[in-house]
Amino acid sequence: MNTILDVKDLHVSFKTYGGEVQAVRGVSFTVKKGETVAIVGESGCGKSVTAQSIMKLIPNPPGKITSGSILFKGRDLTKISEKEMRKIRGSDISMIFQDPMTSLNPTLTIGDQITEAILQHEPVVTKKEAQFRACEMLGEVGIANPKERLKQFPHQFSGGMRQRIMIAMALVCNPSILIADEPTTALDVTIQAQIIDLFKKIQRNTGVAIIMITHDLGVVAKLADRINVMYAGKVVESGTTSEIFYNPQHPYTKGLLNCVPRLDLERGQPLIPIPGSPPDLFAPPIGCAYSSRCEFAMEVCDAYQPGRTLVAEGHEVNCWLQDQRAKQVKFHLREKTYS
Amino acid sequence: MLKYIGKRFISMMITIWVIVTLTFFLMHAIPGSPFNQERNTNDTVRKNLEAHYHLDENLFVQYGIYLKSLLQFDFGPSIKQSSTSVNELLSRGFPISFELGSVALLFSIVSGIALGIFAALRHNGVIDYGAMTLAVIGISVPNFIMATLLIQVVAVDLKLLPVATWASYKHMILPALALSMSPLAIIARLTRSSMLEVLTQDYIRTARAKGLSPFKIVVKHALRNALLPVITILGTLVAAVLTGSFVIEKIFAIPGMGQYFVSSINDRDYPVIMGTTVFYSTLLIFLLFLVDIAYGIIDPRIKLHKKEGE
Ligand SMILES: Nc1ncnc2c1ncn2[C@@H]1O[C@H](COP(=O)(O)OP(=O)(O)OP(=O)(O)O)[C@@H](O)[C@H]1O
Ligand SMILES: [Mg+2]
Repeated sequence: MNTILDVKDLHVSFKTYGGEVQAVRGVSFTVKKGETVAIVGESGCGKSVTAQSIMKLIPNPPGKITSGSILFKGRDLTKISEKEMRKIRGSDISMIFQDPMTSLNPTLTIGDQITEAILQHEPVVTKKEAQFRACEMLGEVGIANPKERLKQFPHQFSGGMRQRIMIAMALVCNPSILIADEPTTALDVTIQAQIIDLFKKIQRNTGVAIIMITHDLGVVAKLADRINVMYAGKVVESGTTSEIFYNPQHPYTKGLLNCVPRLDLERGQPLIPIPGSPPDLFAPPIGCAYSSRCEFAMEVCDAYQPGRTLVAEGHEVNCWLQDQRAKQVKFHLREKTYS
Repeated sequence: MLKYIGKRFISMMITIWVIVTLTFFLMHAIPGSPFNQERNTNDTVRKNLEAHYHLDENLFVQYGIYLKSLLQFDFGPSIKQSSTSVNELLSRGFPISFELGSVALLFSIVSGIALGIFAALRHNGVIDYGAMTLAVIGISVPNFIMATLLIQVVAVDLKLLPVATWASYKHMILPALALSMSPLAIIARLTRSSMLEVLTQDYIRTARAKGLSPFKIVVKHALRNALLPVITILGTLVAAVLTGSFVIEKIFAIPGMGQYFVSSINDRDYPVIMGTTVFYSTLLIFLLFLVDIAYGIIDPRIKLHKKEGE
């Protein structure tokens, strides 16, 4: 078995004055050694909350993992103590965040911030060795003059460089999983491409598994082996990258694909945004959360949650259109959108 | 860095000169003279005295004479206590005021910051509410009322500490406490709010994601950033403690600078007024300078010395 992370039926909610926000409502996915798994979906669908739950970084209160399990190399992270969790954070599972401009401490040197992770997790390492490793790591992520750069402060670096530093910091203890929460969203397009290449190179060199969280399908297409599409706190479709891109089954996945420009289709085709907005997570609908925006919604969609259907090897979808009785509709739909 | 200090030094000198000039002319603009109240001076004696202290000269000539002696660090003689010079008064009174002031300041900084941190870490808990209620009291009750209360309760009723005067460390506690209350409260509130803000910053989440312990996160990552606004107001607080100590010294009958300063104004003892004002403003300006340097050390984004090409 080379599955290193197995998230099962994860539920996370936030207690607020207005009531309980059910941000994540039964998310399941797996990550295998050395692969890249993407989590995509609109803003607010619970991607970051899922990621932070794996690290147990959800601010508590108000946030809480209410049920489900997160098996990392066989251990259930939802059951271990904070102290045990601290040993895992930064050494077995690392995370980098969306905004490199604010994610580094402005008053500490880069060197200090990189080496402290090493010194925290490997007490036998001397300061000198840690510095040497930090230096090597900076070189690895493509920062010139790493030795001098270690003594500098974050404000002396550009956004792209800071994200490289964040990556170096996350990888310096050789984690087996790297969670990247929208790592390229705050960067401009050319820098984005460089960072994506950097992720590829690092994965080749270290074999780290990457959980890539993004709403940018372009990033996903370049990096991911498998994709989980999230909607309103649930994974609605999951499968290999080519399955999701070329054989999408969930109307929401199709909607997402329709809003990105594609080079393989005729030029001049309009981008089609998904109408409406995601449901209120204070009181999520009883049935399929997407039904109010779905052009193929049936009566059953509002009344019952759809079950999981296996479409192809490793390709699963939660949609009533997969049901035997809805088959004709489904066929019709595929021809209509993908001709 | 040296260039910056040099520049700062020159501007400090100019500021002091402006203060000297303003104080000098304002002081002479107050009606009355040092010899008005003395009943048994006849005209000849007064004339002689005025001549001795150059008070019969043109104001600008007097100003020139004063500046000249100031450049030699000589604040001149006291008119009221004719046997002592202002320098002697300062060297007698200032060490006491300095001791009281620095004890009060140190206490307010250390406990204010500690209280602020605890309140922030126990946000919305009992400690938080308790500390902030105390802080509001500390800010809104003037220090002379605090002093009288402390004397009544601690010294008179409970007989735990001496009522007044300046003899041992025990004597220091009540005045220092009274003096430190409001700066302590201000520092505690500021530390708390700034700490609360810093704790929600992205880099704190990054530090948590590294697996650091809560202690390390607070001390190494949060505190440094949270203290920046506290350092900025430190200069103002020093000024508040300095002036506050005049009142407190009076209440506790402490033989510090306070007594000379207050009585010198009533007596129109020009050299003493000038001497204490100039001395205290120089001290304050110097402390503000230290605060700026400290700020630059803690926050690398603030460059005291501009390096090109960064
Ligand atoms: N601290 C919190 N308190 C209350 N609700 C929260 C909190 N954090 C997240 N949520 C809620 O959880 C839901 C999911 O948020 P999340 O940050 O995971 O979205 P996301 O998919 O990462 O979106 P984005 O693309 O904007 O980052 C949102 O509806 C949000 O309101
Ligand atoms: Mg997010």
